[in-house]
Amino acid sequence: MKRIISVLMENAPGALSRIVGVFSQRGYNVDSLCVAPTDDPSLSRLTIITHGDDKVIEQITKQVNKLIDVLKVVDLTEGSHVERELMLIKVATRTELARAEVKRNVDIFRARIVDVHASNYTIEITGTSDKLDAFATTLAQNTDIIESSRTGVCGLARGEKALRP
Amino acid sequence: MKMMSGAAMVVEALKDVGVTHVFGYPGGAVLDIYDALFAQDHVKHVLVRHEQAAAHMADGYARSTGKTGTVLVTSGPGATNTLTGIATAYMDSIPMVVLSGQVPSMHIGEDAFQETDMVGCSRPVVKHSFLVKRTEDIPMAIAKAYYIANSGRPGPVVVDLPKDLVNVLEEHPYVFPDDVSMRSYNPTEKGHSRQIKKAVAAIVKAQRPVMYVGGGAINADAAEQVTQLAELLNAPVTCTLMGLGAFSGVHEQSLGMLGMHGTLEANKAMHNSDCIIALGARFDDRVTNNVDKFCPHANIIHVDIDPASISKTVNAHIPVVGSVNKVCEQFLAELDKHDLSDQTNKLADWWEQIQQWRARQCLKYQDASDVIKPQKVVEAVYKHTNGEAFVSSDVGQHQMFAALYYPFAKPRQWINSGGLGTMGFGLPAAMGVQFAHPEATSVVITGDGSIQMNIQELSTCLQYNLPIKIISLNNRALGMVRQWQDMIYKGRHSHSYMDSMPDFVALAEAYGHVGIKVDQLSDLDDAMAECFALKDRLVFMDIAVDQNEHVYPMQIKWGAMDDMRLSKTERT
Repeated sequence: MKRIISVLMENAPGALSRIVGVFSQRGYNVDSLCVAPTDDPSLSRLTIITHGDDKVIEQITKQVNKLIDVLKVVDLTEGSHVERELMLIKVATRTELARAEVKRNVDIFRARIVDVHASNYTIEITGTSDKLDAFATTLAQNTDIIESSRTGVCGLARGEKALRP
Repeated sequence: MKMMSGAAMVVEALKDVGVTHVFGYPGGAVLDIYDALFAQDHVKHVLVRHEQAAAHMADGYARSTGKTGTVLVTSGPGATNTLTGIATAYMDSIPMVVLSGQVPSMHIGEDAFQETDMVGCSRPVVKHSFLVKRTEDIPMAIAKAYYIANSGRPGPVVVDLPKDLVNVLEEHPYVFPDDVSMRSYNPTEKGHSRQIKKAVAAIVKAQRPVMYVGGGAINADAAEQVTQLAELLNAPVTCTLMGLGAFSGVHEQSLGMLGMHGTLEANKAMHNSDCIIALGARFDDRVTNNVDKFCPHANIIHVDIDPASISKTVNAHIPVVGSVNKVCEQFLAELDKHDLSDQTNKLADWWEQIQQWRARQCLKYQDASDVIKPQKVVEAVYKHTNGEAFVSSDVGQHQMFAALYYPFAKPRQWINSGGLGTMGFGLPAAMGVQFAHPEATSVVITGDGSIQMNIQELSTCLQYNLPIKIISLNNRALGMVRQWQDMIYKGRHSHSYMDSMPDFVALAEAYGHVGIKVDQLSDLDDAMAECFALKDRLVFMDIAVDQNEHVYPMQIKWGAMDDMRLSKTERT
């Protein structure tokens, strides 16, 4: 089952490699990983999408928590939460038909065209990973995808729960 | 405020954290630190012959004292040579700090001479590591390294020091931190009161309890509390390979070691138990055998300072996170509220059953008059040291014979590489023990394979006059490999013997020590007496033992804990 593990850690050199190391050396899966400093620049927040049975997920959270640089670990999928991913996708728009079809899909999916070139559009879309998948699939039916880049998922728990030091 | 160079800071900080011995080997990147060492006599430096051995010495020092062992090596090969030693310490949760030199900051990443990414190389086998970026940070990095290494679940910590930071020509203010607390690191020592209550409720209900004691009990200096608890409950106690000595092996409640080569009574008791009290043990595969068949009737109480150890392989019914000594004290306090007057009566049937298993005498071996049995040698060592020596071992058959036939009465007496299983560990570990306990008898029980993996340290032993007693069980083969080949590979001894064994007596003498060869059983006792009478000399005992002997009991693969071979022909 897919899990969203959120990690609050020291924004210190080597901290990220230690976390990635736990996943590789213990044979856990990483589907996506998203990391950046938080509002407190001494801290980084990292979101990992992984999958595994309950025992594996329990071990992942414990092993990551054990790292000296890690302050807190939470499995967001245990409660209600908000999750978002951002994708930039560049598609070919050589014909009038392609341009119209892409524009229509952009509106339907509530995406945004952020760059326009004679032969292509670059589109920004945010949402759950499923929505991004669906958007890419739809575009591919109408035109050619030139390239795309995704940030990986980041998430927060709903309500009063918060991951603070 | 004291002004000093980075190199002087390293030595000053070591002094301030209370380091007595540093095991190391100089080289380009640490010449400044060596220069600072030269100028003082608070911290004693031990010059090894190979950096791996430096790590094992620091390890032996740490295991025998509970204090953190210290290693100092240069960059590149000096650093990478310590990795096996670091991994050994990591697997057994031994406090150690490794100070490694690094190329100057401005050359990091250029593939400079003797450059390796030591923080990267060591990452999977350290508790934590530091790459120091500024000279002023040296005292804090060292203070934190020692704090991390020897708190919570202990482990090795690497401090990588670029050469430009320790330049003897540049001075900076030295401030040793008063406080090293970290917001991200707060190990739990005391068990949660609700879990303590739950555990004790299960313990007092148990009809067939077993205490299963591991290395965590030794790390936490919990032998006293473990013994109190065992005696109060009248419970049988079995120790893991790492836990031997945490509960006296000669105590009447001791069942000896459990696991792959555990005793019949220990493994039977575990399998039939209705309540397992695991104290600082980690349900390792060398204990559990097939986890699906593991102890089917038991309520499992798992006490460990590392939450990640709990329910990693075997599910714990009652997890308790905390150090073994604190949690045992909490158990004892909680047990005070219960009436235990009937405990002896209640466990009478259980003990009667255990006596029946004990009566099988699983450690009895077929004695012979024409060959020396390895078990007999270990028994002779026990006799000639009154069971009081520090015994280090290497890895293989001799290790199991030592664990089974030398019952350890005290914690920290038995020094072996349990988790990683590092051949070449024994001699340097025994040296670390001897440095920490100059007056004690430090014995290595080893084999002809293992001893050759760090034999160069005989030279270090001469330099520092270490009167270690090396008991080498020479069977002219890699005994444990050969045993598995006999059992599983139809006796095809693929590369498990050595055709050109050195003359160990001549070798010991060449290094300036005493060598004694024993190949007749009738000479064994006298030779042992002679060996241990030479109080101030290193003695290398090259003892020819039966090549065909196997270690028994031995669990049968994929079976339950108590599915065991008891000899070449018998099984449970």
